[in-house]
Amino acid sequence: MSYLKISRVGKTFANGARRSEVLRDIDLTIAKGEFVSIIGHSGCGKSTLLNLIAGLTEVTTGGILLDGREVNAPGPDRAVVFQNHSLLPWLTVYDNVRLAVDKVFRATKSRAERHDWVLHNLDLVQMRHAADKRPAEISGGMRQRVGIARALAMEPKVLLLDEPFGALDALTRAHLQDAVMEIHARLGNTMIMITHDVDEAVLLADRIVMMTNGPAATIGEVLTVPLPRPRERIAAAGDPAYLKARQAVLRFLYERHRFVEAAE
Amino acid sequence: MSAVVKLKTQGAPAAPAATVAHLPLAPAPFRRAARIARDLTARVLPPLVTLVLLLVVWQVAFSGGTSALPAPSVVWAESADLLLHPFYVHGTQDIGLGWRVLTSLERVAYGYGLAAVVGVLVGAVLGQSVWMMRGFDPLFQVLRTVPPLAWLPISLAAFMDSRPSAIFVIFITAIWPIIINTAAGVRNIPQDYRNVARVLRLNQVEFFVRIMVPAAAPYIFSGLRIGVGLSWLAIVAAEMLTGGVGIGFFIWDAWNSSRLSDIIVALLYIGMIGFVLDRLVALIGRVVTRGTAEG
Repeated sequence: MSYLKISRVGKTFANGARRSEVLRDIDLTIAKGEFVSIIGHSGCGKSTLLNLIAGLTEVTTGGILLDGREVNAPGPDRAVVFQNHSLLPWLTVYDNVRLAVDKVFRATKSRAERHDWVLHNLDLVQMRHAADKRPAEISGGMRQRVGIARALAMEPKVLLLDEPFGALDALTRAHLQDAVMEIHARLGNTMIMITHDVDEAVLLADRIVMMTNGPAATIGEVLTVPLPRPRERIAAAGDPAYLKARQAVLRFLYERHRFVEAAE
Repeated sequence: MSAVVKLKTQGAPAAPAATVAHLPLAPAPFRRAARIARDLTARVLPPLVTLVLLLVVWQVAFSGGTSALPAPSVVWAESADLLLHPFYVHGTQDIGLGWRVLTSLERVAYGYGLAAVVGVLVGAVLGQSVWMMRGFDPLFQVLRTVPPLAWLPISLAAFMDSRPSAIFVIFITAIWPIIINTAAGVRNIPQDYRNVARVLRLNQVEFFVRIMVPAAAPYIFSGLRIGVGLSWLAIVAAEMLTGGVGIGFFIWDAWNSSRLSDIIVALLYIGMIGFVLDRLVALIGRVVTRGTAEG
């Protein structure tokens, strides 16, 4: 049942003699194919948590198991969609995805298969038409689509999305949320998404993990969203279950764990 | 609607009816040609005027029979053949300046090429490792201030031959800005690109080729551009001392046989070649780094 298991994970950053405990006692179990949103105020360490799962940062205490293996280094089985797309500006859209595909499937796919696989993944995010463009020549939303295609193309066990739509305008964001939901429905990936947008969290997630404020942030509450899939933005917005979940998250964020600027 | 009309009729008498004089417009191709001609004059005319003025001043100042340096007219009379026939061959030592420049350029190509390769590699290591940086940077900062010719005696002692010595002087002169710029470029690679590389598990070589070099390319090319200028400075100086066939030795030789006009022509060659080298590296840099600007 448990596919990704985070046990008693803590993270303390040390800078000389100064130590700052960012995360403490994080316990979370995620099932295969589940979509989990992590929400919290800025500075609560949610991005740190994602980096720990990605292996980009090492845990200080506790451990993370993915599919029975300990996570201690980054790898393509935990592909990350970065906040600011992180496409390499000197490569075309195609080559950005191709770089990942070549690296991950060098031994298992032929050249022609890798080529097809790149195009297939660009199709998934409807970006095949821009294959020969460079990142600078496409819009922010399109870049993020390519970032998702690159991550999907690695066939990760878990897809990690670090506030992927934070820098986009509301309309573009809605389009991309729909695209992610569609991909999730189609491929059944396990996905973890960091967000600070309550509606995004409720609409997309099976479960919402709510983080307390730092320092030494931890999981305050986990909410299951009982909305049936496929979800449709407008219908869901009027659904009592949606409204209830939304209210619960808002209550957590703004009543019980109000953001205190002085905390830092 | 009527209100608008009223306003208009009230306003109209105050301002006299605009008389739009339709200037006869030339057909489009002519207008474009005219614009190009105008741009060209704006760019070419000022340096041309400056040049002519300088030549006139020079001519007037050095026309007296007692002047130590030749006037432009004298230079032309004595050394026009060097300008007009850069590639003549009249014996092993009597060859056109074009050949001499090519000989010098060959040495620069070896020394500078080596400096570019070694400089980028060393710079990459320095940029990647904080400890290497701390260890080597002070040393490099001291060594880079050593003038090119100061290296010559020691390299003559080491190589016992003038040709590799000259190449070594080029190498050691050009390498510092390349190392220092590459290191700066590598240090400035955004963490995002490094994270992408880590998630993809790129190995050291893949990271160097796929991420590091393209990401640091703008810095690398500014180092290469400084380096090529320095190596051209160094080769002329080194050849004056080591002899041989190069343009630097030509100047020294002309000085020893009091051919001042020849020296002035040689200076012209050196300046032009240096300019071309600089622009060439800049151009390559522009082409190569076209895609690296973040959009």
